[in-house]
Amino acid sequence: MSLTATLLLSVAVLVALIVAAGIFTWAERRLLGFLQERLGPNRVGPFGFLQWVADTVKLIAKEDAPPAGADVAAFRLAPALAAAPVLAGFGVVAFAPGLVVADLDMGVLFVMGMLALTVWAMVLGAWGSRNRYAMLGGLRAAAQMLAYESFLGLSLMGCVLLAGSFRMGDIVAAQQDGAWFILIQPLGAVLFFIAGIAAAHRLPFDLQESEQDLVAGFMTEYSGMSFALFFLGEYIAVLLVAALFTTLFLGGWAGPILPAPVWFGLKVGAICALFVWLRAALPRPRYDQLIGFAWKVALPLALLNLLVTGWIAVGDAP
Amino acid sequence: MSLDTATTSALQALRNRFGRAVLAEQPTAEGFPVVWLSPEVWQDAHRFLRDEIAQPFPLLADLWAIDETGRRHRDGQPASGITLCSHLISLARNADIRLKLATQGRAPSVAGIYANADWYEREAFDMFGLDFGRETRRILMPPTWDGHPLRKAHYARATEKPPFVMTDRFFDAEERATVTDPAELGLPVARDGEELMVLNFGPHHPSTHGVFRILLGLDGEEVVWAWPDIGYHHRGVEKMAERQTWHGFIPYTDRVDYLGGVISELPYLLAVERLCGITVPERAQMIRVMLCEFYRILNHLLFYGTMAQDVGQMSPVFYMFTDREKAYDAVAAITGARMHPAFFRIGGVAMDLPRGWQGLVQEFLNWMPARLDEYQRMVLNSGLFRARTVGIGAYDTDTALGWGTTGPGLRATGCDWDLRKARPCSGYENFDFDVPTGSRGDCFDRTRVRADEMRESLKIIRQCLENMPEGPIKADHPLTTPPPRGAMQSDIETLIPHFLQMTWGTHVPAGEATGQIEGHRGLTQYAIVSDGGAHSHRTRIRTPSFAHLQMLPKIAPGMTVADLVAHIASIDFVMSDVDR
Repeated sequence: MSLTATLLLSVAVLVALIVAAGIFTWAERRLLGFLQERLGPNRVGPFGFLQWVADTVKLIAKEDAPPAGADVAAFRLAPALAAAPVLAGFGVVAFAPGLVVADLDMGVLFVMGMLALTVWAMVLGAWGSRNRYAMLGGLRAAAQMLAYESFLGLSLMGCVLLAGSFRMGDIVAAQQDGAWFILIQPLGAVLFFIAGIAAAHRLPFDLQESEQDLVAGFMTEYSGMSFALFFLGEYIAVLLVAALFTTLFLGGWAGPILPAPVWFGLKVGAICALFVWLRAALPRPRYDQLIGFAWKVALPLALLNLLVTGWIAVGDAP
Repeated sequence: MSLDTATTSALQALRNRFGRAVLAEQPTAEGFPVVWLSPEVWQDAHRFLRDEIAQPFPLLADLWAIDETGRRHRDGQPASGITLCSHLISLARNADIRLKLATQGRAPSVAGIYANADWYEREAFDMFGLDFGRETRRILMPPTWDGHPLRKAHYARATEKPPFVMTDRFFDAEERATVTDPAELGLPVARDGEELMVLNFGPHHPSTHGVFRILLGLDGEEVVWAWPDIGYHHRGVEKMAERQTWHGFIPYTDRVDYLGGVISELPYLLAVERLCGITVPERAQMIRVMLCEFYRILNHLLFYGTMAQDVGQMSPVFYMFTDREKAYDAVAAITGARMHPAFFRIGGVAMDLPRGWQGLVQEFLNWMPARLDEYQRMVLNSGLFRARTVGIGAYDTDTALGWGTTGPGLRATGCDWDLRKARPCSGYENFDFDVPTGSRGDCFDRTRVRADEMRESLKIIRQCLENMPEGPIKADHPLTTPPPRGAMQSDIETLIPHFLQMTWGTHVPAGEATGQIEGHRGLTQYAIVSDGGAHSHRTRIRTPSFAHLQMLPKIAPGMTVADLVAHIASIDFVMSDVDR
């Protein structure tokens, strides 16, 4: 791709993502409303569709002041760190054959790295806020990141082994010859999905901002656009995890009749809806319970999955 | 509350043990003995009744004071400036005894005997300035308050004192008063050489269910100590009772526990009707029972939903609000109001049931059971919910009683003490229902007990629907407020009280009476003193939430912050019910 094409595509992806995250907030609230016997936002625009625009305007107009005694540099840096890495992570996602900003040969690893970076935003934000609830949230974020990262990476190694590549395009292509990896790697898919919820900091694994005990955790002191950036980061992380899941386990852009990007979008949308459904359905575990689950159950299972896959893959090798 | 042999023998045992230190037995219409003690044996008598007597009195239901200034009708009572009262209950005997102490401002403390006397004595100090000879802090009023509000000399209205002016000095003083130093409270600041983090939990925290503040000493996420600070919701309801008419106070009782609707009206009216000698007709009794059970369900649904929400499950509370609307449809049709109907009257209820009430009640009865089954699957059977609640905040029956815990919090420990069974009032004895109990006394059991109680309440409502008797909804008694119109127009004995009621207020005969019911949170008790006028001389409101919160420092250590949230949700308190 030429530089101009790459630039254009980057801008298009950025804008599309920000709009998608905005629409996602509306879709989530409508869907939650539907699941909870209530209406959700339905006043602004048709079906309340423009609610997210109104919210954005409100957030931009709001005062955004650091609390007294805050470490202002860290406090300001954190929201940017929350949104930037996940946006960058989309740079390697293949929306259709050839439709990718940067076709890295270790694309999956790059996305993992970008997802992991978001924890810095939380710890930094917690530290900079000089608030004890924020501090507890930041500590939880750090401990939780260590716990789920341990099996997030391992759970998808099965797919990488089977495809023989870290490149997104290759992984999708590998599934077009045979079955989707969700059928071959069901355990890997489940583990990845669980880790993905934790990586995107969604209920039931949103312990670092669990509003019932920590008010809003690391976000407690944020308002206005700083808050909006954290929010954006969270929703784009969900989209990124969904995109990754689609690529790794659901055959990526592949599908009949409709064009490839549409299939990709539909699959990502379905995974996002699943996230919302889980949020509506499940209580939140205690944070030591999540950490215990990650280390004692998920990690051994992910290792086992990798071992068996490796054994089969090596056995199949000529 | 019949004066059975067991109680008589407790009084006899007290006389045998303390002889002439038992100064007098006050004649009342209460149905339990009211005994005046001399100060030397105040503590020993409590110890005796709690530990030494056969079938002891483990529950200190309440401890409060009465300012006797200006009271005219005190026949057979020793002279007293401020009278201290304690109300003890024996579950084994199903009997009460009330001890009274005449003081001139100083009284011995029983906090070393009954652990939950601590907060009650702090309250008596706060409200009356009673000196218990121990370190006492104000509990309900702000530390900057001048005077003791429930003293007769203290003003009741803002117009009785000079205008309130906001000055910088005032603000500075208030600001300073909000700072709390744990070390000053005698709380540890370190554990094993590690400094503890002090977390100010509330008063504006999403999970404190109202304006309630807890100071937490944290080691990591583990709670080392918890220090509850109440009083942010205090409105002085007991003082208001003294300036409102007997009838005019009814709406205030709704707001003592603002989720209980008519439930708090019942114990108040039971007490007033006991003094007046009114027997409430059957139909009115059953309407009262039906509405109380509606409000029990309304409260438990809100509890159930917020309990699930406080462990992170966001949906059930929304479903339960749909159910609450269904219940409110019936309640609003009957009472004309939703949360605070003020529907009961001295001697009956305000209005007869509307035409077609059966349909609305039947609709709710048809709707609810399937929904409760669904919540069972959604909440109680959820593995994650169990992981968050089983074994969390557990205590046994003795601990519960020792801290004055009643209601679902007590029944979750396996004790089936329910006043609707043990001391039926308002016709509860005619209903067929069970008392659900738990076994572990943890957050899960407390939730399950309430979930099951809703099914029992539905049973009671169904029986009300099927057996609602015909007849008057107000007692044919001159003191019924307002009295039946027919009687007023034809009978001078009713016309005069009617005139008095409409001009000054109902004149309730002098005396003391107590009304107790099993509220949705536990034992709710109104102890009233009438001096024969249109106003109360003293209205003491014993609310279950006050007692339940006091136990927190005992249960909280060792929990994580998230457990603490689950635990305080499972207590099911309302701050208005704590602070009054």
